[in-house]
Amino acid sequence: MTEAAGKKTMTLNMGPQHPATHGVLRVELELDGETVVKATPHVGYLHTGIEKTAESKLYYKVIPMTDRMDYLAPMSNNLGFCLAVEKLLGLEMPERVVYARVILTELTRIASHLVWVGTHALDLGAMSMLLYAFREREMILDIYEACSGQRMMSTYFRIGGLAYDLPDDFEKRVKNILKVIPERLKDYERLLNDNKIFRSRTIGVGVISAEDAINCSLSGPCLRGSGVNYDVRKANPYCGYDKFDFEVPLGKNGDVYDRYLIRMEEMRQSLRIVKQALEGMPPGPYRVHAPGIVLPPKEDVLSKMESLIFHFKIITEGFKPPRGAVYQAIESPKGELGYYISSDGTNKPHRMRVRPPSFINLSALPEMVEGRLMADVIAVIGSIDIVLGEVDR
Amino acid sequence: MSYTEIMLISSIKVIVVVLAVLTGCAYSTWLERKLVGHFQHRIGPNVAGPFGLLQPIADAIKLVFKEDIVPNNVERITYALAPIVVFIPALLSFAVVPFGDKVTMFGYQIDMVISDLDIGVLFVFAVTSLGVYGIVLAGWSSGSKYSLLGGVRSSAQMISYEVAYGLSIIGVLVIAGTLSMKELVAQQSSFFDWFIFRQPVGFVLYVICAIAETNRAPFDLPEAESELVAGYHTEYSSMRFAMFFIGEYANMLAVSCVATTIFLGGWQGPLLPPIIWFAIKVALFMSFYIWLRATLPRLRYDQLMNFGWKVLFPLALLNVMVTALIYRL
Repeated sequence: MTEAAGKKTMTLNMGPQHPATHGVLRVELELDGETVVKATPHVGYLHTGIEKTAESKLYYKVIPMTDRMDYLAPMSNNLGFCLAVEKLLGLEMPERVVYARVILTELTRIASHLVWVGTHALDLGAMSMLLYAFREREMILDIYEACSGQRMMSTYFRIGGLAYDLPDDFEKRVKNILKVIPERLKDYERLLNDNKIFRSRTIGVGVISAEDAINCSLSGPCLRGSGVNYDVRKANPYCGYDKFDFEVPLGKNGDVYDRYLIRMEEMRQSLRIVKQALEGMPPGPYRVHAPGIVLPPKEDVLSKMESLIFHFKIITEGFKPPRGAVYQAIESPKGELGYYISSDGTNKPHRMRVRPPSFINLSALPEMVEGRLMADVIAVIGSIDIVLGEVDR
Repeated sequence: MSYTEIMLISSIKVIVVVLAVLTGCAYSTWLERKLVGHFQHRIGPNVAGPFGLLQPIADAIKLVFKEDIVPNNVERITYALAPIVVFIPALLSFAVVPFGDKVTMFGYQIDMVISDLDIGVLFVFAVTSLGVYGIVLAGWSSGSKYSLLGGVRSSAQMISYEVAYGLSIIGVLVIAGTLSMKELVAQQSSFFDWFIFRQPVGFVLYVICAIAETNRAPFDLPEAESELVAGYHTEYSSMRFAMFFIGEYANMLAVSCVATTIFLGGWQGPLLPPIIWFAIKVALFMSFYIWLRATLPRLRYDQLMNFGWKVLFPLALLNVMVTALIYRL
């Protein structure tokens, strides 16, 4: 018990081990009864030093580390890094690579949002949702596995293309997802939207105004929930997103319920994009032809002297991008994920800095929960959708 | 019958009922895990025995052999007492539940009820309300903030539904004019005499309040896992935890038995023996509980209070008034 502002309050240490803080977040709550007087998030329990480690690694060796940041959306992290380095090198990707990347990152968005809707509902007490959402996510993980051999840390994108060509049954699998998930989304909405308890737990909870959201530098669904129309895919298109027809759902009230609605709608829009990309995907090479930067095809390595030398050189000492600095942002499921990479002309990044959407969105937590009940803290943490791997990096 | 015979028969009945209730609790957990598993597209326990039927035994063995951890800053006496205060009243309420009609065994006429109290219903409501003290004491004595919040929530919750809980069955009592469980069953001899048809509102109110009474989803605030870690029993382990656990399930069974007796015609039914009918009705009621748990999110603490005072309480009062007007004027 401590005296604060003339009132007796209790300090409750929520986390780092707590079932609903989505990892190792620690929130120091000052409670008056069950009302939150003050909330202070503490981060750093999962600090892995990815940004610093990147400085001592060849460019292509950084990719597997990016998976470990937002481990629910590995493809998005890969994409951000690869795009940034490609920008540094001035590489243009073949159409097929661009489309494959769009399909896979949009599926990643769906997978990430599915985990989110499951855990968010679980936090509110509706435990079955978790299992339903994971069942659907499984189909997407199967695609990861078919593509890269890995289900979570896929590391499928490479600088200059993809690690391997897409699997033969890729189209069939994606079409299956396009067919199944819209039906399942309807089921979720029947279970949650129509449920009075769910609505009363989320509507009007954790409100943040558009102005505050901008001032906190929020991005992704947290920002759009407050009605600010900013989506990197529309504002600064990458990977040819300007060619696809999709909408950016916006909220009005900036509460937990609006953020929920937006993520549900985003999944539908992602499916739309996936459908268009799947239809428009041309055949062609899955890697750009850039000798000395991108690995040559395996057949060439086995039969041609130059290719063998390039292969050996790239693997052992990497490539050296020109001096300079780039910033490349993408719309990850959590928000604007940006990579700032500065090169000093050597084969390793001089500095890599990640703009982590989870970390910045988390900074709005005190704003959203102070003055509300403790049970709302859980709802709000869930609605911000943080992944601690990305918060701490 | 001589005094000794009565004592003997009563003791046997008590032992049988306690064992049956404990077995019932164990298999309620099995039913819950199995049903929730299927609700969630899982299989549920299926390794221990056929259909996982030995799972409750495995669970019990596990809990017994766990280390009993007592944190340093607990109030030792209350800490030890609290699980018992939850456990015992939960068992007590079975003393007045009639499981069947009179049967003749070994030349004795035996009532299928431990004790047919004249105030049976009142007794049940009195003892089931005691359980909340155990929860509050556990929350307070654990010396943990999460437990404390769980205990506080529990007492607040109790205050908000207990009144409506009591009022929900007044309608039945007004019609029946008795507090004896046996007499209540006797008055529901044909299907359409069941009190559920004469007191539908009372039944719904009873079900809702009974869920709150037993701290089950969506009213499981005192142990809200995602908020309070485990609420009042955060600091308990081993058998002490098991006692809370069994207490909770015994309470669920108790309110199911009471609902069956008061609203669903008790043990009565065609063809099958009474005890089977009783078990079927109780199992249906338990399944309903489990179904709710698999579906609904949890209410917030202030929303529960609002709901209790602004919806349940006036509705219960209204129900009593309307019943009295119809049946007693």
